[in-house]
Amino acid sequence: MADAFVQALVQGTLLGGYYAIVAVGLSLMVGVVRFINLAHGDMAVLGALIVIALTQAVGLPVGLAIAVTLPVMAALGWIMHAVLFERAMRGGFLLPILVTIGLGAALQNGMFGLWGSNTRSLGADIGGLSWASWSLPAGILVGQLPVLIFACAVVVIGALHLMLRATRLGRAIKATATDPEAAELCGVDARRAQRAASAIAVSLAALAGVFLAMRGQVTPYSGPAQLIFAFEAVVIGGLGSIWGTLIGGIILGISQSLGGLISNQAALLAGHLVFLTVLMARLAQGWRAGHGGWRVALRAALTGRGITARQGQTTAWKGKRT
Amino acid sequence: MTVLSVSNLTCRHGLLTAVRDIDLSLARGEVLSIIGANGAGKTTLLRSIAGVHPVAQGRIALNGEDVTRLRAFERVRRGIAMSPEGRRLFYDLTVADNLRIASENARPGPWSTARVMDTFPQLGPLVHLPAGKLSGGQRQAVAIARALLSNPDVILLDEVSLGLSPAAVEGVYQSLATVRAAGDMAIILVEQDLNRALAFADRILCMAEGRAELQGAPSDFTRAQISDAYFGIHRQEAAHG
Repeated sequence: MADAFVQALVQGTLLGGYYAIVAVGLSLMVGVVRFINLAHGDMAVLGALIVIALTQAVGLPVGLAIAVTLPVMAALGWIMHAVLFERAMRGGFLLPILVTIGLGAALQNGMFGLWGSNTRSLGADIGGLSWASWSLPAGILVGQLPVLIFACAVVVIGALHLMLRATRLGRAIKATATDPEAAELCGVDARRAQRAASAIAVSLAALAGVFLAMRGQVTPYSGPAQLIFAFEAVVIGGLGSIWGTLIGGIILGISQSLGGLISNQAALLAGHLVFLTVLMARLAQGWRAGHGGWRVALRAALTGRGITARQGQTTAWKGKRT
Repeated sequence: MTVLSVSNLTCRHGLLTAVRDIDLSLARGEVLSIIGANGAGKTTLLRSIAGVHPVAQGRIALNGEDVTRLRAFERVRRGIAMSPEGRRLFYDLTVADNLRIASENARPGPWSTARVMDTFPQLGPLVHLPAGKLSGGQRQAVAIARALLSNPDVILLDEVSLGLSPAAVEGVYQSLATVRAAGDMAIILVEQDLNRALAFADRILCMAEGRAELQGAPSDFTRAQISDAYFGIHRQEAAHG
């Protein structure tokens, strides 16, 4: 039993790497662009299906197919932001939600039209990597692919962190996230910064989709489930916190793995319960501390930031945002 | 030589006309103080010149170039900078990052980070602090420093002394005197403190209900004329017959 528990902890931690990659783009969109893209999971699946098509229909090596697809998805993210998201953002709170729900439906049906509803996978295209594992003491098996995905998550999040801290584009994105109008008054093209953030988010979603197709199978309708996992990881880790998505992903992955010790159904349920527990705890904390009503409490719950009672403004209690 | 020229400028907030038919022009080195009661349209006028409030009608020209339809960041890169009301710093970022964002998007010119630090010596020990940790006076200094780093031909300063202690206001105005003495830019100042506004300006523009009530050198007007214009008294008398 103890071995199974440790095995679940290890597998859950590694699974968290995948959740972190699918979540970090969403976190960037919400934290920086202030835009909830409900088609984020569908973007991940689109990226996966493009890589599968390039690999299996065109015959490109997987690495080359990924190298071609990620810039294409980044360009798609840029264009979607310029054409769709910017206009939706001007329409108030509800319009972006409706627009991205519609976009998700259009993407799902478009992918169904192009590729049909069959399940597809990259497992066969990556050779032994999909099943190879290392044996650790006490009979613990660690899959090489999950380790690769986890390492990739750490590298991607670290690179994103460095980009936001140490580059001109990163500073422009952070300034725009804080106050788009003040950023423009500093000479920053706020729209360009937001489009760049969208491009990064969509290409990261595509990368996550590729890893999903390597780990298992995808269909045109796999996106909404990925969105839910991403959203849960983002909220557990603190909305807008780049490293928080890794923590959130790991917590979600461990919850699911431990739940899986009970039954297959309990795996997903455990993840959802942990998400709800974190959300409720933060809501309660925000409600106790703030006088800004349910909107302020909900914002505090999502961001993982406390509330200064006097002003009803959020303030960091979990350390600095990146 | 005229740096900034505003003609027939009208701006609206929805159905409300906040600025009506304003004309003004400014030469390099000149200081214009815009005064008026709350709701007179001062901030809207400044925001429309900076490009963050849409212009309903009229024209804004910088060094002869029509910038009316340009976005704020494009105007910054052509030479209009603004220190907005409420400072609007990036509070999660350090003072150094706040200044760096302005300097790396600036056009070339005489204002470097080193020169800004000389002008606002109080910022020296604060550069590694998050802007959110600063006092009101320090925030105002960062906001003005940030605007200066874009090397503007025209700098717009909105509500410089609002919410600051007398000592902080004194410090900020001492630094502004240094900026003014350099003579390389025109300054438009919106200031609630009438005495400071009159003392610092070469010219004043007094606004009421969005209109220009008085415009000229402070010495051209008596205190009573300025007070009447400030509150729009003769307009009210005309309206009531």
